[in-house]
Amino acid sequence: MTLVFSQLFTGISIGAVLLLIALGLSLTFGQMNVINMAHGEFIMAGAYTVYVVQQIITNAGVSLLVALPVAFLVAGAMGVVLEFLLIRRLYTRPLDTLLVTWGVALILQQLARDIFGAPNVQTRAPDLLTGSITIFSSGDGNDLMVANSRLFILTLALLAVAALTLGLRMTPLGRRIRAVVQNRDLAAASGIATGRVDRMTFFIGSGLAGIAGVALTLVGPIGPTMGTNIIIDAFLVVVVGGIGQLKGTVIVAFALGMMQSLVEYSTTISVAKVLVFLTIVAFLQWRPQGLFTLRTRSLA
Amino acid sequence: MFRVRGRRIAACAAVVATAMTLASCGSRVDQSSSSTAATGAVDASGTTIKVGLLNSLSGTMAISEVTVKNALMLAVDEINAAGGVLGKKIEPVSEDGASDWPTFAEKAQKLISQDRVAAVFGCWTSASRKAVKPVFEKNKALLFYPVQYEGLEQSPYIYYTGATTNQQIVPALDYLKAQGKTSLYLVGSDYVFPRTANKIIKAYADANGMKVLGEDYAPLGSTEFSTITNKVKAAGAGAVFNTLNGDSNVAFFKEYKSAGLTADKMPVLSVSIAEEEVKSIGTQYLADQLTAWNYYQTTPGAANEKFVKAYKAKYGEDKPTSDPMEAAYVSVYLWKAMVEKAGAFDVEKVKAAGAAGDITFDAPEGKVTVDGPTQHVHKTARIGKIGSDGLINEVWNSGEPIKPDPYLKDYAWAKSLA
Repeated sequence: MTLVFSQLFTGISIGAVLLLIALGLSLTFGQMNVINMAHGEFIMAGAYTVYVVQQIITNAGVSLLVALPVAFLVAGAMGVVLEFLLIRRLYTRPLDTLLVTWGVALILQQLARDIFGAPNVQTRAPDLLTGSITIFSSGDGNDLMVANSRLFILTLALLAVAALTLGLRMTPLGRRIRAVVQNRDLAAASGIATGRVDRMTFFIGSGLAGIAGVALTLVGPIGPTMGTNIIIDAFLVVVVGGIGQLKGTVIVAFALGMMQSLVEYSTTISVAKVLVFLTIVAFLQWRPQGLFTLRTRSLA
Repeated sequence: MFRVRGRRIAACAAVVATAMTLASCGSRVDQSSSSTAATGAVDASGTTIKVGLLNSLSGTMAISEVTVKNALMLAVDEINAAGGVLGKKIEPVSEDGASDWPTFAEKAQKLISQDRVAAVFGCWTSASRKAVKPVFEKNKALLFYPVQYEGLEQSPYIYYTGATTNQQIVPALDYLKAQGKTSLYLVGSDYVFPRTANKIIKAYADANGMKVLGEDYAPLGSTEFSTITNKVKAAGAGAVFNTLNGDSNVAFFKEYKSAGLTADKMPVLSVSIAEEEVKSIGTQYLADQLTAWNYYQTTPGAANEKFVKAYKAKYGEDKPTSDPMEAAYVSVYLWKAMVEKAGAFDVEKVKAAGAAGDITFDAPEGKVTVDGPTQHVHKTARIGKIGSDGLINEVWNSGEPIKPDPYLKDYAWAKSLA
């Protein structure tokens, strides 16, 4: 019984990681339709931010908290530069955008290698986040325990979703973003500077990638190629979740995490991955537009 | 609207896939055309003698293989400073295997037929060794391979200076058994080394009254270990035998600690984590866990003090030395000893000199001897405990060098493996 619960929690925690890495992409890919292959490298930038901040602030806990906003700004700034220099010239050419951002991803990887060296770097996690909380003590040493780092990531993911949802619904910027997504021409005709809105959207989406990078330092390796391992999962979540919808991303992230964890327990990682992929293929046959779709009157 | 977008995405994916296929085809074509080139005998006519260094200087394996190349260069420099081999200075020719197995085969062919080197030193992964093996056998040229591997191989043109299974995995199991561990959980990356190693471990466990409670493989590069950790924890084994490679180790050990598992409750014995890897995983997660190798930076002895000091002087104070580096360094000296005994650079004469089993070297790990029939090296097995300073401290050793036995012929329990 303990096992079932700990696997359920594992599913939720895998889902939380997926959600964090896909959240930024759901803005840039989902809302703006930009296939940004460098998204994984923005996540990497966030992870390296923790490393750099720890060189200055030695207290592991404080440095992690400081790294969160710094990583958001660093990755966000990288996103804005990328948008300004390249992507905005390619909005009508998705194929070229894919290749160009892939090239940018390779450049960023090499840059990381040149600056930080090819081997992985290590960061220290605060002691509080390396332990676990015992939820239920079974007496035979097989207690139900929940890793603190996973709880932290889950909280962070949910906070980010809440902030993004509120931001899109309540703020003037959010309203403008939605207007541009739903009908770019009409939004422009109503006096919205669509170019500036695009840049802000890209800033927030890339910044969220930075936050994800900070969270990943608690569970995975921090190295130049960490982005490439992540990017496929992130795209999967957004595509299956449905383009242009946050709630799709949230539901699909947790569903895939849960499925991965439950299938993997009785089989192996590889079998679980195959089954997850097959399910996604079958699902997209049935609903090629993803779980949720944005209905608009635009003719595009 | 969505139909159009779907097609675009599919088209994008197709472009990427095609580009990747073309890239991998390119190197394969080169390999087959160059392997038909004429066989080059060793060129010993000049005032220097060329040797090949074949390591991945780019790609995923570069992190590890560059350190091996550094160690090889150190040995070459030392030998040259002492007057060279048979009066000739060694001229190293370095080629980049680029972490790509067909490229390894292609570059090996180039070193043999174009540079006509006396011997080649290098390769790391078993896949790259398997790729170059036919090239060396066909051209009757020498390769010195410096990394511990899964055994079950014995090429007449390869000298193996790293450990085979009975010098690393079997002593590690002996150690765990002596510690009173009666059950194991096996975690490994999904490729040839862990799968073969685990077959051996299971045969050993069967014969020695140990139970294997579970066996899990993660694809190379996999970084999600929460489920495997849950399984390990639920099984409650005495120890975990870890054959994971690369980034997966980082994720595994972070998860392991989060789950409340510790070295005194359930130690993890790893065979792919050396000093360099400890640095990138973090001592916070690794402290007190076990490793099995033949050499550590902390191994006592004058030869090692000299080696560590020379390495740090050449490459930097913060650079650790590790087992594969030491085996690479030793391989150049063993080749030199064989050449000097033969009095010639000719491959068959060098092999004949090595066959007698009297080629020895006072290596940083202690005295090593080339085993005539197997072309492996007699090595001392060492179990180490990872310290909070990132170095590995020996807690047990086999007392004397162990005779290499790549096919485990001398072990009754291993009969079923052949």
